[in-house]
Amino acid sequence: MSHLQMSNITKNFPGVIANDEISLTVEEGEIHALLGENGSGKTTLMNALYGIYRPDSGKILIDHQEIKFESPSDAIKCGIGMVHQHFMLVPPLTVTENVILGISPESFQWNPILDRKTAEQKIENLASKHGLEIMPRSKIWQLPVGAQQRVEILKALYRNAEILILDEPTAVLTPQEVEDLFKVLRSLAKSGKSVVFISHKLNEVMEISDNITVLRNGRLEGAVSVADTSAKQLAEMMVGRQIASPRKSVGQRGDEVLEARNIKVKDDRDLTAVNEVSFSLSAGEILGVAGVDGNGQKELAEAIAGVRPLESGELKISGVPGSGPAKFTSIGHVTEDRHQTGMVKAFSLSENFALKMCHREPYGDWKKLNINAMREKTLEAISAFDIKTPGPDVAISTLSGGNQQKLVMAKELSMKPKLFLAAQPTRGLDVGAAEYVHSRLLEARDQGMAILLLSTELEEVLSLSDRIIVMFEGKIMGTLNAEEASREKVGLMMAGTSFEDIGES
Amino acid sequence: MNVTIPAGSQLLSAIRTTSESLAAIGLALLVSAVLIFIAGENPLEAYTALINGAFGDSFAWGNTLARTTPLIFTGLAVAFAFRCNLLNIGAEGQLYMGALASVLAGIYITGLPAIIHIPLAILLGFAAGGLWGGFAGYLRATRGINEIISTIMLNFIAIFFVSYLVHGPIAEPPGFFHQTAQIGPSARLPIMMQKSDLSISIILAVLVAIVVAYILWRTPFGLRLRAVGQSQETAKFSGIPVKGYVFGAMGISGGLAGLAGAMEIIGSQYRLLDFFSPGYGFDGIAVAFLGRSDPIGVIFAAFLFAALRVGANQMQRTTGLPTSLVVVIQGMVILFIMGVVIRHWLQARKKS
Repeated sequence: MSHLQMSNITKNFPGVIANDEISLTVEEGEIHALLGENGSGKTTLMNALYGIYRPDSGKILIDHQEIKFESPSDAIKCGIGMVHQHFMLVPPLTVTENVILGISPESFQWNPILDRKTAEQKIENLASKHGLEIMPRSKIWQLPVGAQQRVEILKALYRNAEILILDEPTAVLTPQEVEDLFKVLRSLAKSGKSVVFISHKLNEVMEISDNITVLRNGRLEGAVSVADTSAKQLAEMMVGRQIASPRKSVGQRGDEVLEARNIKVKDDRDLTAVNEVSFSLSAGEILGVAGVDGNGQKELAEAIAGVRPLESGELKISGVPGSGPAKFTSIGHVTEDRHQTGMVKAFSLSENFALKMCHREPYGDWKKLNINAMREKTLEAISAFDIKTPGPDVAISTLSGGNQQKLVMAKELSMKPKLFLAAQPTRGLDVGAAEYVHSRLLEARDQGMAILLLSTELEEVLSLSDRIIVMFEGKIMGTLNAEEASREKVGLMMAGTSFEDIGES
Repeated sequence: MNVTIPAGSQLLSAIRTTSESLAAIGLALLVSAVLIFIAGENPLEAYTALINGAFGDSFAWGNTLARTTPLIFTGLAVAFAFRCNLLNIGAEGQLYMGALASVLAGIYITGLPAIIHIPLAILLGFAAGGLWGGFAGYLRATRGINEIISTIMLNFIAIFFVSYLVHGPIAEPPGFFHQTAQIGPSARLPIMMQKSDLSISIILAVLVAIVVAYILWRTPFGLRLRAVGQSQETAKFSGIPVKGYVFGAMGISGGLAGLAGAMEIIGSQYRLLDFFSPGYGFDGIAVAFLGRSDPIGVIFAAFLFAALRVGANQMQRTTGLPTSLVVVIQGMVILFIMGVVIRHWLQARKKS
């Protein structure tokens, strides 16, 4: 019996279709994975289910009853619980206080005195039933992330959730905590609850779920049972089935610019994100780094750019062990999160454009900025990159995402760096702007720049790169030349098969 | 010199913020007029007395301008730190340290010509305030200690350290009064208006404000400092040593507050008195806020607050309204400005 049925859900945001006719069916007692890249519409779909968004069209049925939610409280009443990626907990309060916050169970109804005892008892029962290890009286701020997540799950269970949505629950957990979480999820499913598990990590999805719905670019890519699929097939579904467009041109390799030897880098949670990675990159070459999001690409780029420390290993740029401020002007870096790390939103276009180089000619020297040169160079970039803007003096925040990215790229390229790091350079851009960014990357390569292209878009990596390395859980699964790289091979490697193993099959 | 406003849209936003500030002042005066009316006085009479007290004759003008000087410096101090997204609540303590250094230079260094003695006293005042502010910046940069808390605490240390010193170690012999001896004549700033005690320190204050504006908008240092203030992450990714800038911004901010103390010593008081500042450092926060952290705006905000304070005495004499009424007016100006700031903030949040 289908517990939850969402059919033909469509949700538009200004300028984007976040969900385009998406359907999803979840059975009772099932763990259902919702798989897709960042921005593929998973969270939007679940927010529609949880009453945060109202879909533009489509139907939601719970136990074959059509329902319409005005707000999350309606959804909660219908037995839907959601554990958000960013926890909604009050740090100074205890576990019990957080769980009962905002609800008035029967026993409290007319009683102004908070009955913590009863609540605590109920929480302890729920927790022991599903193996959720928790101390009801500990304060949230004292708890590790994994325990905080258990509190979120308890919150949902306490409100009698029958359908539990978890948005990227493993993103913040250590491997051990992931194991514990999976045990809990299995116990929940066994007791007849349905679990929707949002993720972009293939191996986890294969391990925990019964059925999988794959989204791509806001559309339904397919729904499969875990028994009938493989990580490889899922990877292909996630990144799309289209035939890779033929490679646009071949680079002319020059001297070696970047050499990484056995580098090890930790992520923000202090876990190893890049594990003993070695590769080299030459002038006039685009080296593509393929991989599902979150397999160490971001940390790799940041380590090379000098904003994340190396745990061990060695990085050489043009043969020189690179570090120090000089690095920043010899490496162009289009960062993954351009809003947080690529630009100063309140600054004008010209201030953003000159920021990295403002102490150098022609922008100025140590004691004086040359405002006119800053504006002129920005104007040049505006016309060269066809940036739509009223002028160089408006704040960069007033531009569209595509135009912001163009300016960031123009800025980084204007330094004429030897090495160029492009991390997800077309994420969130429309097709036209993405095409433009691609042609600029090829142009830079032809001028002799060494380019490291980190992208989760397999299409992008295959069509631009001269060589491709595939990352999986912080390791390089293999290096492919453009000629031998196929969607299938790269897809397999993205799912964790090493290059050698593919050779045998 | 067109320092703050290089181009078209920035001119527009400068006009916008200026008119917002003027509207806030107007509203505050209007609401206060109602209060005065309720208190049984004639608002028009009260305001006339206030204006006469502040600008009625050259003596009043001199007092107003003399009072403006320290407020410009402390306002600049707070504004400068705020441009780096740091809240310096410690201008008061930094001012005391600056005053201490200048008074020591003025008393114990002798035999110098004024042309050297004066700059030396000013420089030492800047350095002492800078060290005091820079210490908070150092703690913030290396230990992550919130600068708001540390500067508040450093205020007490500075004020009572100075108090201790004037009670004994550097008290003017024979030590009846809690004050130091007078500084030598060669360390005193020239007086501009003989009737009042207005020295050329007001001119120095305006010059420093222009220099600060220049640093913020026309130097790579300023651009990067503002970048650190707006987005530490982007600054880090652009190769800016964020910690160094946090330290530097607090150091310079403290130095500017130190100048407030130095100018009080060598420009008007000539000796260090126990608890000599009527809260210039704290008023500096309000001044920076009304001036919207713009050095030129700070000049006008400091002038307004000084005029209110100086005019208040005349108002009390004429109408019997308490001088604390001007504190109410100041508070309301800040409140109305805050309303505008919060509205902008909400709009920005809605957009993103």
